[in-house]
Amino acid sequence: MRREVPLIITILVGTVLIISVFIPPLESLGESFTLFFDIIAVFAFFLGGGNLVRVHVLKLAKKKRDWPFSIVTLVGFGVMLAAGLFKIGNPGDIAASVTAEGSLFNMIYRNVFVPLGSTMYALLAFFVASASYRAFRAKNREATILLVAAFIILLGSTPFGAWLTIWMPESMSILEIPNLAVWIMSSPNMAGQRAIMIGIGLGVVSMSLRLILGIERSYLGEDGA
Amino acid sequence: MVHNNVGVIITLLVIAGGLVWLLVRSFRGKEIDRRVIFLFIMVSVAAPLLATITFKFTATPIVEALYDKIEALPEGSTVLLSFDFDPAMAPEVQPMANVVTRHCLEKNIKIVFMCLWATGQGQLEITLDQVLRRDFAHKIDGVDYVNMGYKAGNEGVLNVIVTDFEKMFPTDVNTTPYGDIEILQGVNSCKDMDLIVSFGGGRPGIKEWILFVGDPTGVPSAGGVAAVVAPQLYPYYPRQLMGLLGGIKGAAEYESHFRERHPNHADMDTPAIIMMGPQTIAHIVIIAFIIIGNVLFFMNRRRGARS
Repeated sequence: MRREVPLIITILVGTVLIISVFIPPLESLGESFTLFFDIIAVFAFFLGGGNLVRVHVLKLAKKKRDWPFSIVTLVGFGVMLAAGLFKIGNPGDIAASVTAEGSLFNMIYRNVFVPLGSTMYALLAFFVASASYRAFRAKNREATILLVAAFIILLGSTPFGAWLTIWMPESMSILEIPNLAVWIMSSPNMAGQRAIMIGIGLGVVSMSLRLILGIERSYLGEDGA
Repeated sequence: MVHNNVGVIITLLVIAGGLVWLLVRSFRGKEIDRRVIFLFIMVSVAAPLLATITFKFTATPIVEALYDKIEALPEGSTVLLSFDFDPAMAPEVQPMANVVTRHCLEKNIKIVFMCLWATGQGQLEITLDQVLRRDFAHKIDGVDYVNMGYKAGNEGVLNVIVTDFEKMFPTDVNTTPYGDIEILQGVNSCKDMDLIVSFGGGRPGIKEWILFVGDPTGVPSAGGVAAVVAPQLYPYYPRQLMGLLGGIKGAAEYESHFRERHPNHADMDTPAIIMMGPQTIAHIVIIAFIIIGNVLFFMNRRRGARS
């Protein structure tokens, strides 16, 4: 029964969701199933939060490597949870928006989370520069094509690219770097992206069919066996 | 346009001189330590920010398409703006959200705000503070705009609101019942929107908006995304995706285009235009490092062939 019930739910929900697209009277049933999914998705937050606490409490208890960071994680989690749940400092009542101006949640979000998140992402600039220096080398024909395309796109995304080719006559405007960059994005790039997307689409269809027909059971755990 | 000329020229000369020195070293087959690269990037990002190097931008057709669409919408139209990003993407995406929101408010277009990302609600508050409450304080919540907040469920949310908005959002973020919100009278689903714009760069984002809402309903959809995501969205342009702001450059083009055509906003914040200074210099430095890397590669190969 542990395997049969999830299988039956998958087959039933998958079939109804597909049929509801083609048969209008069943549209509301499809909507209801989607709504069930959204409600279940909310429970994932409880699972995620619970799991985070469990993992870090265990790490602290056993004094595993880098355990002091677990204290930061747990304190951060607890403070944000309390600030959001109890709407601490919120100018409105308990029904007001959690991110309302003046609330503790909003204050921590803007002054701690936003700068930290932006900083983490900004570090990419350093690694991209270092990786470009080491990896972008014209070792063969394919690498050279990639290198030239990268050059044009990089230059095309700055005003410097336009300046470099500003002297070109109108009849040769297609060769101006910004126009070349647009052409690379809208022709070779688009062709490649479409091919990838069609491949992914076909893969999704076949995987969905395998799930609905009960052939693919890995989501049940232990290889579905 | 370059301000604080002396400081900028000195900084650029130092960067250029350093790069030439590294190029000469590379001819001798000497590798560059990654810490040197990090130092160059730090200087090339920090200097233009401190000295405020700004450039003039012309909107590309894909950016202009969104501008023209909003410009052509009649007063009182309803636009859905979805904030589907987090602080990591904010430096690129927040300026887009701000300028598009400003444009809609300027045109007296009604805005329905919502989020598919939990962090989107915090980012939306930032836009409301920086644009709506600062420059459009006379706009009334529930009449000129409404904040529906965040709902968990990703594509599941879209699948429901495509036919029934109230089912997924029975209240706004301040728990005002759907039926009591003036702006939503006559809005039953996403089909009743005149335009949908998603700001993001991850999943769910503009791609999911197109697949689950824009394409099935025929409602014009546009987006503002981080630069790394933009190439993946070109296959949808122009039929399913009528306009796209790609990265900070797309945002800078929109800011520039909007400011030129709306002189009453000449003194508005232009974070994207300001951030294009560091991006431009950093790109040039990265290109220089790629050239140096290749010089080094060919020099080493030649030496290897000789020996």
